[in-house]
Amino acid sequence: MHNLIRRLIGLAAVVLVVTFAAANPALAGATLDKIKAAGGFSCGVPTGIPGYAQPDAQGVYAGFDVDICKALSAAIFGDPGKVKYVPLTAQQRFTALQSGEVDILSNNTTWTMQRDTELGLNFGPVVFYDGQGFLVPKKLGVKSAKELNGATICVQPGTTTELNLADYFRANKMDYKPVVIEKIDEVYAAFFAGRCDVMTGDSSALAAQRIGRASNPDDYMILPERISKEPLAPVVRHGDDQWHDIVDWVVFALIQAEEMGITKANVDDMLKSDDPAIKRMLGVTPGMGKALFGTDDYEKWAYNEIKLIGNYGEIFDRNIGAGSPMKLERGLNNLWTKGGLLYAMPIR
Amino acid sequence: MASEEAFLRTAPARPAPWRDPKIRAVAYQVAFVGGLVALVAFVIHNLLGNIGRQNIATGFGFLGREAAFGIGESLIEYSPADTYARAFLVGLTNTLHVAALGVIFATILGTVMGLARLSSNWLVAKLARVYVETFRNVPLTLQLFFWWGLLNKMSPGPRQAWQILPDVFVSNRGIVYPVPFANPAYWWVAAAFLIGLVVTIGFGRWAKRRQIATGQQLPTGWVALALIVGLPLVVFFGFGAPLALDVPSLQGFNFSGGSSMSPEFAALLLGLVIYTGTFIAEIVRAGILAVSWGQSEAAMALGLRSGQRMRLVVLPQALRVIVPPLTSQYLSLTKNSSLAVIIGFPDLVSIANTTMNQTGQAIEGIAMIMAVYLFLSLSISFAMNIYNRAVAMVER
Repeated sequence: MHNLIRRLIGLAAVVLVVTFAAANPALAGATLDKIKAAGGFSCGVPTGIPGYAQPDAQGVYAGFDVDICKALSAAIFGDPGKVKYVPLTAQQRFTALQSGEVDILSNNTTWTMQRDTELGLNFGPVVFYDGQGFLVPKKLGVKSAKELNGATICVQPGTTTELNLADYFRANKMDYKPVVIEKIDEVYAAFFAGRCDVMTGDSSALAAQRIGRASNPDDYMILPERISKEPLAPVVRHGDDQWHDIVDWVVFALIQAEEMGITKANVDDMLKSDDPAIKRMLGVTPGMGKALFGTDDYEKWAYNEIKLIGNYGEIFDRNIGAGSPMKLERGLNNLWTKGGLLYAMPIR
Repeated sequence: MASEEAFLRTAPARPAPWRDPKIRAVAYQVAFVGGLVALVAFVIHNLLGNIGRQNIATGFGFLGREAAFGIGESLIEYSPADTYARAFLVGLTNTLHVAALGVIFATILGTVMGLARLSSNWLVAKLARVYVETFRNVPLTLQLFFWWGLLNKMSPGPRQAWQILPDVFVSNRGIVYPVPFANPAYWWVAAAFLIGLVVTIGFGRWAKRRQIATGQQLPTGWVALALIVGLPLVVFFGFGAPLALDVPSLQGFNFSGGSSMSPEFAALLLGLVIYTGTFIAEIVRAGILAVSWGQSEAAMALGLRSGQRMRLVVLPQALRVIVPPLTSQYLSLTKNSSLAVIIGFPDLVSIANTTMNQTGQAIEGIAMIMAVYLFLSLSISFAMNIYNRAVAMVER
């Protein structure tokens, strides 16, 4: 049972992969060529957040994060099923992406400057605007995060959450005791068993876990403070601009489709639309697919996404919004035309 | 005949260079070392190239930067405003803390259980056997989860904490107990204890020489008790027996005051001690069984009492067999302490993982972890080898 050795071998393997993997320099387009040859790509998702990424009883991953990768698969292959989902903890995810173990992270990852630069990563468009909050049992009798001096707080390591927490308590001259557990399942189990007074994380994830895991969700509440900005975005490696572009525009198309009123149900009718913007996006007027993928075979990329997965609003509602047990408000994650922050760049 | 002589006289023809064993040996070694160097150079070159291409930061400069994350428990002062180097040091002290206590308690538990397995008392022997066979054969990871879950789920919240002894509370925040306030008297007590220990050892040697020379025995046991326990007690009472206690009390969310042991630390220590204790029990049992029964019989024939028999005849011989595998167990325990990660105890690996994740510098982080464990393991081996040489049989 030389577990350290086992862990180190695992890490060393990652290092070795970093060492050898890209012995051929990652040229632009290499990722797309690779996944076309392999007939699929791998997508790093969280190890279990209800509504975002969780395997169902059959072990099939579903959720908001998963749908982003499905949309990507639909755009490239015309089939949402060409994805291998790799559950990664917050600590594992960046190394897995850097080393090429996964091609994209759709892992509730906060876009920060340091990650974007020093970690060698590139971020796609923000798919979820979140903020860090605190989940507490109601019987604790706390009404504000300012009353948390001396609390024991459960937190996942390797997250911006961990850093924001330290910053917030320093700024407010309060003390706390972190209980840091790597696996999401374990850290929430510890919190609901009463190991900690407070659980902290992205407030949407807290809301989802409260519904998904608490034996009685009404015994818990989320404190009103949002102590950080958490723009969550898909992530790719440095060094392949085309792959980065594909992720960008696949997400923009989801948002743009909602703005134009194109849904899973009406996308076929929309093919007959006279609106030149819709015609361009759905490939009735060719050009966009070639611009993005470099060949003529991809004009149906946006059509496939919407036909097979739906637009951003449908993905949101189905997984975490009104049509799900979480019932999260759209809030900041509404279209810019409806008071939110979602704003797709023009597809032209 | 002549031709034969001529044949013998001719020096053996030098074999072709590729058949010459000496040249071949050198060539193989040069090729091997050259290949190794080339491989390492290729790996490093490739690594730096890839890191550079992805614009990943390198070097150990990050150690001087502010860590900015909190750590749940620490033996030394730490706040998020400290550096990564300091955070790393916190992890190292936590690892050493749990490993040192683990080695001590596992040795005690293992020795007791090993002796119990040899007991002539049926119940004692069978209980020890059940202990060994159960805990030796369940993976340590599961045992850690088990103890941690037990401590977390069975115990109440801090406001309903169980008071098991006066001012000792058990809750899912850990075990909280009173400790005396710091007082200079304690340093003198500690010094008295050390002096007592040194004097006892010196006295014991002198008494042994005297016994060899004259055959007279001195009451070393009583002298040792007086020096090691009595002297510090005298000093303690000489200072007026300062015993003001820092008593834990419930304030806000948790207990303040006193000292505490977190459930994570307790679970890790318990798991490591109980798991490693089984192996040590078997090693101790094997060591004692390795001393042939004839030795005990001979000792009995000399009229030694059972304690003396164990101490003077059996144990010195058993230790030769026990010490080398015991060293391996100490090494395993130290390395297994890195399983702390799974139950959230901030040990070296856990903190290094967080550091790697926040800075993205996995290679440097892993290099540091490996260097530390290598150093720890070599230190333990070194110390145990010295001890082993002291107890090894002196061949005459």
